[in-house]
Amino acid sequence: MWEHLPLFPARASTMAGHVDALYFALVAIAAFFTFLVSALILFFAIRYRKGRNPHATQIHGSTALELLWTGIPLAIVMMIFVWSSVIFFMQTRPPKGAMEVYLVGKQWMWKFQHTEGQREINALHVPAGRDVRMIMTSQDVIHSFYVPAFRIKADVLPGRYTTTWFHATTPGHYHLFCAEYCGTQHSGMIGEIVVMDPTEYDKWAASGVDGSLASAGEKSFQHYGCTMCHRADNAGRGPNLTGAFGHTVLLDDGRTVTADESYIRESILNPGAKIVSGFKNIMPTFEGQLSEEEVIGLVAYIKALGNGTANLPLPVSEPNSGAYPVAPKQEGSAAKSDKTTTTPEKGGAAQPAAKP
Amino acid sequence: MPDNQVAPHNLKHHFADLEQQKETSTFGMWVFLITEIMFFGGAFSAYLVYRLHYYNAWVAGSQTMEIKLGAINTVVLICSSLTMVLAVHFAKLGRRQWTALCLVLTMALGFAFLGIKAVEYHGHWLHHEVPGPNFHFEHVGNYDPHQVMIFFSLYFAMTGLHALHMLIGAGLLTWLLVANARGRFTTEYNTPVEMVGLYWHFVDLVWIYLFPLLYLISHSHNG
Amino acid sequence: METISHTSQAKTNYLNADYGLKSWLLTTDHKRIGILYLISISVFFVLGGFFAMLIRLELLTPAGDLVLADTYNKLFTMHGVVMIFLFLIPAIPSVFGNFLVPMMVGAKDLAFPKLNLLSWYLFMIGASFIMYSVITGGLDTGWTFYTPYSTTYSNSNVVAAALGVFINGFSSIFTGLNIIVTVHRMRAPGLTWQRLPLFIWAHYATSVIMVLGTPVLAVTIVLVALERLFHFGIFDARYGGDPLLFQHLFWFYSHPAVYIMILPAMGVISEVLACFSRKRIFGYSFVAMSSIAIAVLGFLVWAHHMYVAGISTYAAIIFSLLTFFVAIPSAVKVFNWTATLYKGSITFETPMLYVFAFIGLFTIGGLTGVFLAAVGIDLHVTDTYFVVAHFHYVMVGGTVTAFLAALHFWWPKMTGKMYPEGFSKLSALFVFAGFNLTFFPQFLLGYLGMPRRYHAYPPEFQVLNVLSTAGASILAVGFLMPMLYFAWSLQYGKDAGDNPWKAAGLEWMTSSPPPTFNFDETPTVTWEAYNYDEIDAPGGPAQDKPTHNKGVEVAG
Repeated sequence: MWEHLPLFPARASTMAGHVDALYFALVAIAAFFTFLVSALILFFAIRYRKGRNPHATQIHGSTALELLWTGIPLAIVMMIFVWSSVIFFMQTRPPKGAMEVYLVGKQWMWKFQHTEGQREINALHVPAGRDVRMIMTSQDVIHSFYVPAFRIKADVLPGRYTTTWFHATTPGHYHLFCAEYCGTQHSGMIGEIVVMDPTEYDKWAASGVDGSLASAGEKSFQHYGCTMCHRADNAGRGPNLTGAFGHTVLLDDGRTVTADESYIRESILNPGAKIVSGFKNIMPTFEGQLSEEEVIGLVAYIKALGNGTANLPLPVSEPNSGAYPVAPKQEGSAAKSDKTTTTPEKGGAAQPAAKP
Repeated sequence: MPDNQVAPHNLKHHFADLEQQKETSTFGMWVFLITEIMFFGGAFSAYLVYRLHYYNAWVAGSQTMEIKLGAINTVVLICSSLTMVLAVHFAKLGRRQWTALCLVLTMALGFAFLGIKAVEYHGHWLHHEVPGPNFHFEHVGNYDPHQVMIFFSLYFAMTGLHALHMLIGAGLLTWLLVANARGRFTTEYNTPVEMVGLYWHFVDLVWIYLFPLLYLISHSHNG
Repeated sequence: METISHTSQAKTNYLNADYGLKSWLLTTDHKRIGILYLISISVFFVLGGFFAMLIRLELLTPAGDLVLADTYNKLFTMHGVVMIFLFLIPAIPSVFGNFLVPMMVGAKDLAFPKLNLLSWYLFMIGASFIMYSVITGGLDTGWTFYTPYSTTYSNSNVVAAALGVFINGFSSIFTGLNIIVTVHRMRAPGLTWQRLPLFIWAHYATSVIMVLGTPVLAVTIVLVALERLFHFGIFDARYGGDPLLFQHLFWFYSHPAVYIMILPAMGVISEVLACFSRKRIFGYSFVAMSSIAIAVLGFLVWAHHMYVAGISTYAAIIFSLLTFFVAIPSAVKVFNWTATLYKGSITFETPMLYVFAFIGLFTIGGLTGVFLAAVGIDLHVTDTYFVVAHFHYVMVGGTVTAFLAALHFWWPKMTGKMYPEGFSKLSALFVFAGFNLTFFPQFLLGYLGMPRRYHAYPPEFQVLNVLSTAGASILAVGFLMPMLYFAWSLQYGKDAGDNPWKAAGLEWMTSSPPPTFNFDETPTVTWEAYNYDEIDAPGGPAQDKPTHNKGVEVAG
């Protein structure tokens, strides 16, 4: 019977059961209070109708009752608050080691990039039984990534990254909807999540791919001249990015930030916003030169430098280029170094990329 | 009030006496000024949020402001509040000509403010500091020129709204001048002058907040 | 000089005191202004309803086959803008608030009658700008105007509509200002705060919200218009602007706005419930204070519209907690109303039927708000039909139902005529049945995952959509019938008499319709609100006080 009148969508993620449990508890509580109030009204209306009770009894009130029907609802909603907050923390805290998928939303399609290199439009293949973290941005207006079967939703914003995560449980095809009105074809921005058996997924991910997302990013890194300043030691004009991702960065004004995807993106597109301590504000901006997909590739590459999965290490300084020796690969970013503010210019070929 | 007494011709029919009428008008004007606080408050909130995020751009933006002109304008407005207070004072004393003089001075000072503001706006236009296609900012610091454009957007929005309120104030002063010339204000009835005075002081007060926030903070900061 | 005469003919009241279009368009009489508003908002309700009809017709089938996608987007946007700004926000405060507040406090008019007229003109001018936007191609940003779509990407008449909403907002602000000052400064002697009808408490709380919240929307709209016209960059991520800043500023007003829509409705319910139970409202002080609590707490919860928008986890948790708090005062009211029925002497005239409908439907709407307050669930149901169902339960099942209750209750007072009771009860039934059939399936649709603002949808959602559209056609009949029989009653309705319901309240101590200046002499109040024990006492109604106006011949 429930196929013909379903009350909830398929449960295809680990969160679905939790959300549904709270939902049905709330349905029960709401039904209880609705029936209570309706029944009381019905009963009073009949029992105290004018024909049966011609004279009303004036009652000012009862402080005891007021406290009761303030206190009990308050206690109930506080319990709901705690329960729902627990669920919410689960929904917004992806487990460590989740596999990552990047998403660029635009009017009116979803563009996915797997770290293994697969690119997809509107359909996203993911493995069952694994944590998947989505890192998302928009090319234009606000969209929202909504998979009812997973019980997750997160807005996709221009100019920054937002994230969500899920752990799919059952192979199948599930709706992906855009849930933030975004213009003419908002209701056409429908995709699907294809949950595959894990071994099937691995086969699929490896097939027909030119290279991983990180290697695409590395090509961009070379192409746009990033290696001119960012080297595998502290000799470059810019910080050493090896191992930088995910760690705390000390900025020149004393603040510290975590080098996450948003920080990397901002550093590429608006480098003057945060200057790493010990370095000068000389990095040119690449705003307007890179597509969101290219930025994502660079982010993936820098991440790969952090966990040792990158193909090539960053170039090191020439042996006879100057006074600085080749430093060993450091844990913790180069930002923590006590480099002085004067950086000797390197002669010869190494010039910063021209300002756009 | 009893039927056999003639109501003062300024007493509106729905009030019991002049005192209730005056208290009501004053209360009403104060409630209106609270709505104005909320109105400017939205813009001030936007300013505050962006200042926290784009501090360096805010420094750069505020350093382009002409402090001398802003300071002169501040003095002009404070003087206009003085002349306004005097106008209320003379209205209460029933001295029509002094009232008219003070109202005219207030208006003149108000227009002086607007004139200086126009000079400033023109300067910003010449320096390509007006947001839009003509905007161009040479940046030499830890910020994105776009962020400075946001500073200027809020600068023009906030000072523009303030200037609009000044123009409305000028209109109100004109109305007071005409009514005063017709002898409408007496020692018993001068509430409109006082109410416009409250409005004018409020607009002045908004500028007292705008001036430090847009011109003074970080003006000497070595970004 | 005025004489009080007991003539039964040629009673002069506010309707026949003066004739001609000019006497209406330049009136400063709060009662006439209330009638002007009544006519205007009714027209806009029909327009908003027409847009709704097209929406529901389109949604009969999964494909987008009735109208183009862009047209559909304009339909739901205009439905929202017209219904919210041109109907729901002014409906009860500007019609019944204007008409009744001075009378209920024993005053001859609101504090600032000319400002009141200006309010109506600003309403009409703002509405004209919005109508201009509709006629010249429409607006397609959603009533929520989210950036950067509204500022940069939309190809519709954003600036005209934004300007319309901006001007309209001042109508709201001035009405609220007028009510606050009137309640503070113009109460009749003896009328202490604790003796005020709960209608007044509700409108006072509403007016505080209007006065504090609407200006923030005004300045936000100004920024959106400037951004659209001059590309300022304040909300544009390409320039470092923050689209979320818009959402914060927008919802800072728009959440309290929903309490502007519901608080007056709750005030109406208290008045009507007390009358048809013949007793005072149970827990008067608690009901009064709950209105104030809703107004205050309502300003603290705005970001519950933004749980998935990109705010931090901690911010979401805090707003969730506060949102649970704001639910409590509404629950307190529902329990107090229910308790009022206990040992009452209840009759079932049409206004009372609407009261019963309100309590049931508002309870459901409010409880589903609790679902949305729960962040864990909201992540799944926000931006779906669950939210659409929730707000229609509170705004239609709540506000519109209470508006109909108010219209039926005070129609005799405003016009001196009775409406036909049989038809009115029938249409109440249509409204109740049609409403539930329209909107209950939408809760199910939302939890199943159907997003809102969708022109076309996957076929598995069709059955519930068809049920919803069927309900909407019944609801439409329920709304059309009163327009017909109220109009009929103006000509053919029975004379109502001064107080057909034997209701408490100063407004019922004047003639129906009331004279222009309400009271010959300001009454001195020595009784509690809802003094039904005195009114129903064996010695006869306590109505024949000296201020009871039996008809005034005004010379000149």
